[in-house]
Amino acid sequence: MKMTMTEKILAHAAGKDFVKPGELIMADVSLVLGNDITSFVAIREWPKFGKEKVFDKDRIVLTPDHFTPNKDIKAAIQCKCMREFAKKEGITNYFEVGRVGIEHALLPEKGLVTAGDVVVGADSHTCTYGALGAFSTGIGSTDMAAAMATGKLWFKVPSSIKFILHGKFRPYVSGKDLILYIIGKIGVDGALYKAMEYTGDGVSSLSMDDRFTIANMAIEAGAKNGIFPVDEKTLDYIEKHGAKEPVVYTSDEGAVYDEVYEINLEDVPSIVAYPHIPENTHDAKEGKDIKIDQVVIGSCTNGRISDLEIAAKVMEGKTVHPDVRVIVIPATQKIYKEAMERGYLSTFIDAGCVVSTPTCGPCLGGHMGILAKGERCVSTTNRNFIGRMGDKESEVYLASPATAAASAITGYITDPGTFMEGEKR
Amino acid sequence: MKAKGKVFKYGDNIDTDVIIAARYLDSNDPDELKKHCMAEIDPDFPDKVQKGDLIVAGDNFGCGSSREHAPIAIKASGISVVIAPSFARIFYRNAINIGLPILECREASEKINAGDEVEVDFDTGVIRNMSKKEEYNAMPFPPFIQELMKKGGLAEFVKAGGFN
Repeated sequence: MKMTMTEKILAHAAGKDFVKPGELIMADVSLVLGNDITSFVAIREWPKFGKEKVFDKDRIVLTPDHFTPNKDIKAAIQCKCMREFAKKEGITNYFEVGRVGIEHALLPEKGLVTAGDVVVGADSHTCTYGALGAFSTGIGSTDMAAAMATGKLWFKVPSSIKFILHGKFRPYVSGKDLILYIIGKIGVDGALYKAMEYTGDGVSSLSMDDRFTIANMAIEAGAKNGIFPVDEKTLDYIEKHGAKEPVVYTSDEGAVYDEVYEINLEDVPSIVAYPHIPENTHDAKEGKDIKIDQVVIGSCTNGRISDLEIAAKVMEGKTVHPDVRVIVIPATQKIYKEAMERGYLSTFIDAGCVVSTPTCGPCLGGHMGILAKGERCVSTTNRNFIGRMGDKESEVYLASPATAAASAITGYITDPGTFMEGEKR
Repeated sequence: MKAKGKVFKYGDNIDTDVIIAARYLDSNDPDELKKHCMAEIDPDFPDKVQKGDLIVAGDNFGCGSSREHAPIAIKASGISVVIAPSFARIFYRNAINIGLPILECREASEKINAGDEVEVDFDTGVIRNMSKKEEYNAMPFPPFIQELMKKGGLAEFVKAGGFN
């Protein structure tokens, strides 16, 4: 019987030779993740499972990354609860502030995920690790507690949608533009309950950072997971980051897909998703009349080193528009240090940006850049729902790091390719 | 088991940020969370909602974040069931895991209006609209999920050996 990559990984984890879409299975999980917000609920639920100890202290990851560094006393209580739980259970992968980063940038960097893994996380963007050829998906806090107790979880095997990619991006277009382009096409429930699988010759042109960004936002199309084939770039990444031996699954020729889309990467423009839904996509060139108050460059979607690299390239030697405040957030301490060593942080500071310690803060309206009524933000984050970054009458425009950087300079939504062309003249 | 109450009606793609905004995620206390439930798009909801009332919404209810605070807030508000043609998958899991009843029914979502009096029979999946004198049939849950719901949630299901 023919199976997709996702089906093969789940079949193996469930100890079966074959699974089909729609089937309910009980599968072993490789890794369980929680953050300061979701773990607080999971730890409250934990005693109800009646277990003395977690299933494996080395296969649970706890990251205080959302309301950290503690934004107030309540946030401090949540983090303290998680810290004490980690100590009591002897959790090896608890990362304290100063060593932590935004979870979905941190786990691959620490070599905690490899190809073929089944990763569950009490955070919807756990789907990020599909970039490494793993099955990974977001769950809730009670699921997290169940997985910590048993090392297992129930899943409905998803059907798959195939995206065949050709060619390569134009300059200043990146993975963020592609995933927004796709969400614009299929809608925020276009892949509901499904796997989004990427294939085709275009995959090899995508950097690992691009793949993380694309897999990260599978949830914004309603998907259960996003997944990439494992190629040399993946294996190289896994080896460099010291992850365990990869198990490479490939989709069978003749595996069944609900839908197939073909996309030429050079046809993808710089895209901006207007409020208040990620499917409300527009070409960045249409944004000249949209004046902005704030720019955020960071998050689990776009806070990696190549994101900071392109933003620094666009901002190099320029100054932020006087009416705009720019918050740059490297996603992990390692990325922060590398950006410092490469001179990107100087570029940002000289341009008039603030550079923050790693945190999810502003993305979910937590702290470090909340919007007032009527304010507009171009953000490299992943959601632009009502009130997402502050007041319910504020507006979030989702974009790539290049678009965000160009917009920071001009003060309105700006196509980075056109902007950089203009700079050359 | 039956539920009966008045309907709060919402559209498609109701996301978890409007069900409970992130600024209230500094608590895991259901009684605290319910004070802010749905308030981003319906500021009167926390005051108006009565025990037994229903939420009827459009496609992809509960999309966005994995925050279990969303179904917890809805359940704590006294809502007896959420009816929608489709649910976002993490919300679907979370609702079942914590024992917030949900039903998938496109016809009910299309025909029920705000304020209608509706009765739901969870054993048969029949949704009765008393205001319009209509009946709709919800999609039955797979047996595994029914078993999990019957046990009263995931913790009880696991304790009873459901994962073995």
